[in-house]
Amino acid sequence: MAQNENKDSKPLYIGSKILNIFKYAFLILCCLVVIVPILVVLIGSLKTYKELSNTTVFTLPEVPQWENFKTAFFTQNILLAFKNTAIIIVVSCVGSIITGTMTAYVVQRFNTYFSRTVKTAFLIATLLPNITMQVTVFQIVYKLGLYRSILAPIILNIGTDIISIYIFIQFLGQISYSLDESAIMDGASYPRVYFSIILPNLKPAIATVLIIKFVGIYNDFYTPKLYMPDDDHVVISTVLYNLMNATSVQWEVVFAGIVICIIPTLIIFLFLQKYIYSGLVSGAVKE
Amino acid sequence: MQNGNKKSIAQWSKTYAGKKFYTSILFLALPIVLLVVFTFIPALDMVIFSFQNRDPYGTNPTFAGVSNYVTIFTDKDYLETFKNSLYYLVGSFIQQALALLLASILCSKIRAKGLFKGILFFPYLMNGVAVSIIFQRFFLKGQNGLTPDGTLNTILTALGLDPVLWFDVDRPFLANCCLVFISIWKYIGFDIIMYIGAIQSISPDLYEAANLDGANPWQNFRYIVFPGIKPIISLQLILAVKGAISVFEIPYITTKGMMGTTTFVIKTINTAFSLKKVGLASAMGIILLIITIIVTFIQKYFFREDDGTPKESKRSRKGAAR
Repeated sequence: MAQNENKDSKPLYIGSKILNIFKYAFLILCCLVVIVPILVVLIGSLKTYKELSNTTVFTLPEVPQWENFKTAFFTQNILLAFKNTAIIIVVSCVGSIITGTMTAYVVQRFNTYFSRTVKTAFLIATLLPNITMQVTVFQIVYKLGLYRSILAPIILNIGTDIISIYIFIQFLGQISYSLDESAIMDGASYPRVYFSIILPNLKPAIATVLIIKFVGIYNDFYTPKLYMPDDDHVVISTVLYNLMNATSVQWEVVFAGIVICIIPTLIIFLFLQKYIYSGLVSGAVKE
Repeated sequence: MQNGNKKSIAQWSKTYAGKKFYTSILFLALPIVLLVVFTFIPALDMVIFSFQNRDPYGTNPTFAGVSNYVTIFTDKDYLETFKNSLYYLVGSFIQQALALLLASILCSKIRAKGLFKGILFFPYLMNGVAVSIIFQRFFLKGQNGLTPDGTLNTILTALGLDPVLWFDVDRPFLANCCLVFISIWKYIGFDIIMYIGAIQSISPDLYEAANLDGANPWQNFRYIVFPGIKPIISLQLILAVKGAISVFEIPYITTKGMMGTTTFVIKTINTAFSLKKVGLASAMGIILLIITIIVTFIQKYFFREDDGTPKESKRSRKGAAR
């Protein structure tokens, strides 16, 4: 790399300089396209109702209205939405890590007829389109009495979580067999091997799955909307959706709500950037 | 195994095979039940329902033959959704090209790489509902004295152009283009990251050799980067077909499928839950499934060959089919 830099820094041809300017200009333009729409909403969230309807989108508020955030957070169910979302995320993540790692262990390590069949079954399941499946999944959820219950999205998150199983299987393939073989020789049972060897070794994969699941569930819109129409079951997506579709929309509060909802995502992104890049890509490539 | 049959079950349970079997049952019971109940039964139902007329609660279903499928391919309302998918298909080609360009810029010598990358990627993580609201603000056309213009129209006015009514009932083309724009805005970050990964996996020796030969950036791209990432580009283009027909969230939240922006999946969901025609919706689900299977088959078939192990994989696939 260092060599390259030396070579390029010599003005070999004027084109390279123009190219550089073009590169930065294009990047900055694209970043502006990303930032400006969000920035406008941030500005809007600090305005009064009057300012919002009388000034242009770029005009800064005279006095920042922090109350909008308070209103959004406490009177518009956003607090409740955070609570419900957190419950769904925690339970679904725990559930799908347990079932996912167990499935991956059996499927990847036991080379039996049964485990190969199960693997094929999960492989076929990845083909089924998620949202259109709700047409018939709804009937099953309804018959099981899970409609209008917070359990519905939780069970669906755990039960249809094939991507994580694939990440676990893929990762297990890289862990050497000799570890579990020697444990078996020493008389450990298979569940014992799973708990004391497989699970600890899967930690990086578990972290990846946690990130994918968090982002997926936090942003999931249709499952909660379909299965939890009641006001006390709102999650982040549905609370924003309801705010947007209310009869008299208080836009400044809606904008404050959006800002509040983006903050957790932003924090997680800033701290886990590297893992998010590699995690999300590894999750999708397998699909 | 043959010896095992002669032993008693108690003895067999103490062998490794027996233990494996018990552990399998113990570990897989719950995942398999969930998989069957929430994936395979619904899939089977979908096939059966697609030949029936029925409501969401399953009261008095009647046999309908293939009439549901005929409706999808003859009714104007349903055919429109296929047409709308084309917007997203074209959009995703543009998205791939743009992502590739941005990824190659981000792979060259650039300051603040991480910052640019982070900004471009962040929308991918954002909540779809939040994104929709942000863009309703963005594309808004103001009414005098009531609401000011949205972001885009404010910029257009500042540039001396007339504000445009972006979401117009009479101009579905424009509305669809706006939705495609939102979808590119949200999803492009992911492709950028993927292309960056692919470009970085190309051996640096190749660049060095090219540099010695005095290759310019275009030649670098044309003869080193492009051949190196060709498999991933074609993979993306094939997946774009699947993606274009499965578009749901952004148009559903932003326009609710009105103004001629219905997509195939929105239509399916509305048919099932608003019109209460589960049979027809199931038939749409089956069509989507068939498209997905075809795309996956093409993907698997072509991509095994690119791995350089075509024969091996074909053999194992045949084995799996048996």
